[in-house]
Amino acid sequence: MRTLLRIGWVNLRRDRVGQALTFLLPIIFFSIFASVFGGQGESRTPSIRVAIVDEDRSELSRRMIAALQKEAGLRVRLTGDDDPAPTSVPLDRSAGERLVREGTVPVTVVIPAGLGAAFGQTGFGGGPALTVFADPSDPIAPNMISGLLQKATMTAAPDLMMEGGIKQFESHAGTLTPEQRAAVDAWLPRLKPGGAGGSNGVAPSMGVTVNVVDVMRSDDRRGSLVSFYAAGVGVMFLLFSMVGAAGGVLLEEVESGTLERLLCTNLGMSGILLGKWLFMVTVGIAQLTVMFLWGDLVFGLPLFSHLPGFFVMTIVTAAAGAALALALATLAKSRAQLSGFSTILILTMSALGGSMFPRFLMTETMQKVGLLTFNAWALDGYLKVFWRNAPLWQLWPQVTVLLALTAAFLAGARLFARRWEAA
Amino acid sequence: MPVLTISSARKAFGKVLALDGASFELHQGELLALLGPNGAGKTTLIRAITGRVRLDGGEVRVFDRVVHGGQTPRELGIVPQEVAIYPLMTARENLRAFGSLHGLTGQQLTDQVEWALRRTGLTDRSAEPIKQFSGGMRRRLNIACGILHRPRIVLLDEPTVGVDPQSRDHIYDVLGELRADGISLLLTTHHLEEAEARCSRTVIIDHGKVIASGTLAELVDRTVGRHRLVTLRTDAPLAQGALPATIEIDQVDPRVLRARLSDVALELPELLSRLHGAGRAVEDVDVRGPSLQAVFIHLTGRELRE
Repeated sequence: MRTLLRIGWVNLRRDRVGQALTFLLPIIFFSIFASVFGGQGESRTPSIRVAIVDEDRSELSRRMIAALQKEAGLRVRLTGDDDPAPTSVPLDRSAGERLVREGTVPVTVVIPAGLGAAFGQTGFGGGPALTVFADPSDPIAPNMISGLLQKATMTAAPDLMMEGGIKQFESHAGTLTPEQRAAVDAWLPRLKPGGAGGSNGVAPSMGVTVNVVDVMRSDDRRGSLVSFYAAGVGVMFLLFSMVGAAGGVLLEEVESGTLERLLCTNLGMSGILLGKWLFMVTVGIAQLTVMFLWGDLVFGLPLFSHLPGFFVMTIVTAAAGAALALALATLAKSRAQLSGFSTILILTMSALGGSMFPRFLMTETMQKVGLLTFNAWALDGYLKVFWRNAPLWQLWPQVTVLLALTAAFLAGARLFARRWEAA
Repeated sequence: MPVLTISSARKAFGKVLALDGASFELHQGELLALLGPNGAGKTTLIRAITGRVRLDGGEVRVFDRVVHGGQTPRELGIVPQEVAIYPLMTARENLRAFGSLHGLTGQQLTDQVEWALRRTGLTDRSAEPIKQFSGGMRRRLNIACGILHRPRIVLLDEPTVGVDPQSRDHIYDVLGELRADGISLLLTTHHLEEAEARCSRTVIIDHGKVIASGTLAELVDRTVGRHRLVTLRTDAPLAQGALPATIEIDQVDPRVLRARLSDVALELPELLSRLHGAGRAVEDVDVRGPSLQAVFIHLTGRELRE
């Protein structure tokens, strides 16, 4: 028994890849998920970007906006170009809706005209309803905004609510006596935000009415959601299969001697790498197509209504994935090393890049870190195609980044492959 | 005129000097054995000939054209030590793939594939996946892939390693047919008996230098000499003083005697007569000529290299 333990220990001690998979990978994953869910010491709630359209321009709306701007969990914008300068043009309703549809912000709040006046009259939550334009791909943001709007109303304008309440009272029970009026006037300033008094104990029924509007107006929400997960899982497995293929077509050829034989033919190393890459890209496109087709047939994924965007994203994703796999294979000294290293890299990129957990639900810092990964750009592109029904030209940032990554990975592969050329 | 000339080839990998001025020639239609202990520089030399190693000094010429690093001359066919073929493809598919990569197309490709299959005796099995092939068949296919484009020089790196005697004979028959076609062959092997029996000339390399080259007779003359080793076994041991000092008595079995005779016809009858006179019957006699093995050990020593 001691001998077996000793054999196991010696083998593990000398197997660097095994050590990394045993000890390093769990730590990496723990750190990633702790960062994603734990907020890395930031607010526990991820910062939500929200646009506000102020159609009311009343004292109430100004105070509500100010209250929302003070919320640590929100990043408020009032203009179309995210420029806080006072010269920027304030958002109107259609621009606010467009910001959500394009994915710039997950929610836009429209404070309707007449809210402040109605509030001053009734004080009990009557008047026109606020509109929240929401992207249902982020299920948390609209609910959180609705709650914060109630809070903002309550905390921002208790004095206005009281005034409205007194007016309501007077209309039904008669005018206040001069002594009562004097007492109310002396008390109201204390209700203003920053005043001496508090506003605790305001009845929940005294809030504002909020209408949440799904701007995507997706006919098939389930199908669109399936497409998101198809892209997430598809990209992760594309990377796994590409690395497997690269190991098969390159490192196996090194080990079997066929690469040496190929290098003695008319092909140069560049020709060999290009041929391998083209083959892998074709396999990758076929793999993603089969997966989305399955999603269409079994889960109602709307593939055929999004074919052009799907093929653009699939081609550039497969191109970049194959190039990354080729670079890893040329860097690795053996198939075992390639397998161990790529498993760590792919799982890490998939976790950070949104293949396992949607990036828009991560903290802002983690979302930015995610942009360093291959997966994030590919998934953002698929999201634009299937969720936002974006026209092809709007895919240019994702396509540009993925093509640039393709070129960089291929250049890396060519550089690393020099070790197999004439010594 | 030699078809392949290696002149003062030098190559170092870091501090390790793999080639240290190696020089030799390969002639038209010749089967030349390149021998040497492990780590002597054989593989580096073969790779230098194919352009896969850039020499630090000296040069390689193929048909009087200098071979530059990174460029494999088209006249060369290479049969690597590894069975460098695609195991999930059939023999014919492998040959068509490598033929295409050597620039063969159309009818020429088809004809060459059929020729290579015939030459290596694989025509009947050409449609089967390689994974069903025996070790010998894989080795033959490995050769077929190397000769497919009708090279004028073929480099074979241990082409018979790990195959049975029948397959080995078949492989040498193929090489003999190639020689008959005027193709020149350079072969590395650790089977010295094969090299002795099949090759027209031998080059022995050690520590990156060519330490001997020539026919077996030339090598024998220059090293161990043409003595024959005679081993006799008698029915009973003999006392040490009963025989001349040139006759060695085996330490383990004193009935076994060894003698190096320069003229067997003259000296062996005399030795037998002397034993008979001493009252001993001779049970067995073994006469051996000088072998390539003896020459090799004489030149490279008995110490392990790795």
